[in-house]
Amino acid sequence: MTTGALVRVPPRARRGEVVEITAMAAHPMETGLRPGADGRLVARNIVHTFTCRYDGAEVFRAELHPAVTANPYFAFTTVATRSGPLEFRWEDERGEVIVATATIVVE
Amino acid sequence: MRRRAAAALLLCAGLAGSAAAQGLPAAQRQSGFESMSPSTQAMQRDDDANPGMLSVRDGEARWVRPDGAAGRACADCHGDARVSMRGVATSHPRWDATLGEAVGLSRRIALCRERHQRAPRGAPEGVERLSLSAFVAHASRGLPVRPDPDVRLDPVRERGRRLFERRMGQLDLSCADCHDARWGRRLGGATIPQGHANGYPLYRLEWQALGSLQRRLRNCMAGVRAEPWPADAPEWVELEAFLQVRGAGLPLETPAVRP
Repeated sequence: MTTGALVRVPPRARRGEVVEITAMAAHPMETGLRPGADGRLVARNIVHTFTCRYDGAEVFRAELHPAVTANPYFAFTTVATRSGPLEFRWEDERGEVIVATATIVVE
Repeated sequence: MRRRAAAALLLCAGLAGSAAAQGLPAAQRQSGFESMSPSTQAMQRDDDANPGMLSVRDGEARWVRPDGAAGRACADCHGDARVSMRGVATSHPRWDATLGEAVGLSRRIALCRERHQRAPRGAPEGVERLSLSAFVAHASRGLPVRPDPDVRLDPVRERGRRLFERRMGQLDLSCADCHDARWGRRLGGATIPQGHANGYPLYRLEWQALGSLQRRLRNCMAGVRAEPWPADAPEWVELEAFLQVRGAGLPLETPAVRP
């Protein structure tokens, strides 16, 4: 299984600017309906929650359900208020967590 | 009778010279990228939205990680892949003198792992080989496909051309019937592409994953209801070597995105 995540956060922004953020994690999003190579169903395992925290405060949250593509991709906006880290977190049904971070400098 | 007629046709094709042997004229060649929807094209162009980039990054991590009994990483010998691997993917398959046969990029990586890292070669469609192939091929992104001029590859390419033009399966279609004669027309809801191999390994939305050229060719063979060759059959690399000549000059797109 491929691992990791790709996030895009503008490295710099003006205070009050609306910035676009994109995030994509490597995840198969197994529906539980698909037969594997041995003909038996592959157990369901999807990312159920995605969150983004900006300098500690949650700015985006999504609940995911079956029929979302593998390697789910999110694009959303937030207001650049202050310099700080953005933490991205994907949690799947097996309890595994994918984490990615990026930093924005606000002037 | 029919077989004799076919043999005569093959002979004519052979006599027609190199232009026929390369399929489409260079001016008409176009990547499958051109017939994709604007949204799929945008997905391929944006490195933060192209899911194939997850595999490229995964391959990058594997490139620098020591592995095998030798405890060496790819980077210990080859250094920075962005420099040392630039252009490598544009000219595979190449001739391997030790084996005395043509070898594609993924198998070349497996052989290198076996010979120098003393590591297991890994399954052909496994994550490890796909990710490393994607990372190495990504170092050549944008460079034109440039078949290796090695003459030892010529008979391999010639066998590949015959395979490309040979009818197969219950639908009795050859690769050329669709991808030379009917490209740009519709097959159900999809536009028939010219069938070039300039973006592999690539992310196919239908697969929801990165996959190899061989996987794509297997899909096509199943589509015409032919039985795909065994995984280690020489036909795969022969066809790949011919596709390389047929798509010469097209920019390498790895990791491409295709519907």
